[in-house]
Amino acid sequence: MPNETLIRGPVYVLEDNIDTDLLIPACYLNLVPTIPEEYRKLGSYALAGLPETFPKYACNADGTTPFPIVIGGRNFGCGSSREHAPIALGAAGCKAVVAESYARIFFRNSVATGEVFPLESEGRLCGEFKTGDLAEVNIAKNTITRLSDGKVFSLKPVGAVAPVIAAGGMFAYAREIGMISKS
Amino acid sequence: MTITEKILARESGAKLVSPGDNIWAKAGMLLTHDVCGPGTIGIFKREFGKDAKVFDREKIVILPDHYIYTEDEKAHRNVDILRAFVKEQGLPYFYDPGTVTYCGVCHVAMPELGHVRPGETIFGTDSHTCTHGALGAFSTGIGNTDAGFIMGTGKLLIKVPQTIRFVLDGAMPSYLSAKDLILHIIGDIGVDGATYCAMEFTGSAIDALSIEERCTICNMAVEAGAKNGIIAPDLKALAYVKARTAKPFEPLYSDPDAKVAAEYRYDVSTLEPVVAKPHLPDNKALARACRDVKIDQVYIGSCTGGKLEDFIMAAKIMKGRKVAVRTLLVPATRVVEQGLVDTQIDGQSLRAIFEAAGVEPIAPPSCAACLGGPVDTFGRTHGHEVVVSTTNRNFIGRMGSKDSQIYLASPYTAAASALAGHIADPRDV
Repeated sequence: MPNETLIRGPVYVLEDNIDTDLLIPACYLNLVPTIPEEYRKLGSYALAGLPETFPKYACNADGTTPFPIVIGGRNFGCGSSREHAPIALGAAGCKAVVAESYARIFFRNSVATGEVFPLESEGRLCGEFKTGDLAEVNIAKNTITRLSDGKVFSLKPVGAVAPVIAAGGMFAYAREIGMISKS
Repeated sequence: MTITEKILARESGAKLVSPGDNIWAKAGMLLTHDVCGPGTIGIFKREFGKDAKVFDREKIVILPDHYIYTEDEKAHRNVDILRAFVKEQGLPYFYDPGTVTYCGVCHVAMPELGHVRPGETIFGTDSHTCTHGALGAFSTGIGNTDAGFIMGTGKLLIKVPQTIRFVLDGAMPSYLSAKDLILHIIGDIGVDGATYCAMEFTGSAIDALSIEERCTICNMAVEAGAKNGIIAPDLKALAYVKARTAKPFEPLYSDPDAKVAAEYRYDVSTLEPVVAKPHLPDNKALARACRDVKIDQVYIGSCTGGKLEDFIMAAKIMKGRKVAVRTLLVPATRVVEQGLVDTQIDGQSLRAIFEAAGVEPIAPPSCAACLGGPVDTFGRTHGHEVVVSTTNRNFIGRMGSKDSQIYLASPYTAAASALAGHIADPRDV
């Protein structure tokens, strides 16, 4: 889990129902995320399923992204249980997704892996930002700020999964509460 | 409590659970396959150590099914990772491609093999694990990390979902299938209409459905965002399970006064065949309103629409007729594949009916083009194809090409469309 409480950088703006086939097309699911070289490769294919009308997300020469914040609408991450989806985002260098709502398994996988913060906005932000706008997410204060004019938008409190996110994922949390051994 | 709450209460050692409670539930079964198994094993080893042993060898099922008939080297490497792990851990329930034990699509094989039992919990590294609620299990899809956690501990921290109840009554018209029912429901509540919820299906129309048709309905619960789909196990379900396993199980049932978040009612006798237009499963339209959509390809297969009864439905429509477009058939499992030979309509086998209708050579069982897959996958789209498919998702690029258009439909509608060369209502034939 990226443990910064401040995430600053350009945003990449999407819309409603960003599904897992858009996040990581099935032809790349032959890559195994726990193999370091293939983890990096998954990052280079993050959001490769988007139509060509969208700019390439992982467009840096080294296969990472210049956009650490992804903004979405409703039902972000719908579809498959492929953990490759939050992993591809995280491996590309995404730190946080800010969406109106999430599909259950994507949200869960983001929390369990600690790859990205899945944050929920109070209102719809797709129209408030455009790709490339600079923003700052403040995890502690539950805000995202549009840096061009300083406008602050509220995020919802993380809720019941806060301890898992704070611990840095499912295994770290389970060790913290003594469910599995610390070794 | 609802059936979902009762199972989660029992499997977490609580007398009572309520929606929103976070509980540690025991895993009755952990299912994985070739796409998510290697990553799950990687996490298990990383977190529990290279010499760690799985929590219970009897409770892990590995059914490779996604990328089987491909030249892709990494796909083969991934099955080899499964083989090595199975050998190292001594796992009894591994169905190896290339051997006689290979089955095909995991969600059709699971009930066939007796691995689904009423009242149990099933966690699987595949979103369509919700299929198995059709036999009264709590069954849900999870990621590799959670699966790796279960592999080591046998437990998972989960939130108890609230239940939305769908009551389906009325006599099913001969041209309608379970696929139409679930497409109607998803179209009504939306692709996030049941997010984080249990979808419980009940009513006389559900009672009248076969087990395979019940599986079709629960399979697509995740397409409305649900955590699980579930149907109370009646005598038909109990007989189905008992014929396939000797393991004991204790079914559970919703209390008559169980609280639900919402209830929807349908009279299925009034419903008509539908499709889900590109690019979301809730984009519902009447099949008869889409007759102007010319098609290039029909695909009958997958965990949703590749079961024996799906092929029986298609064969009823195609018998004695010729298809007008490329028609691809992928039986979900070896059992279904054999069923195409053994099942006859008026003295003609399903396979013979399809061959006479001019379909493409029938592919061996696997997930195939349902989710695109490696470039050499059978039936994968590569251009601007318009496809009518009995599968569960019509997202952009789902079957391979970002430019192709996928219409989800029942086997009846898919077969009628194959004959017509455009989307057709089965009543047209």
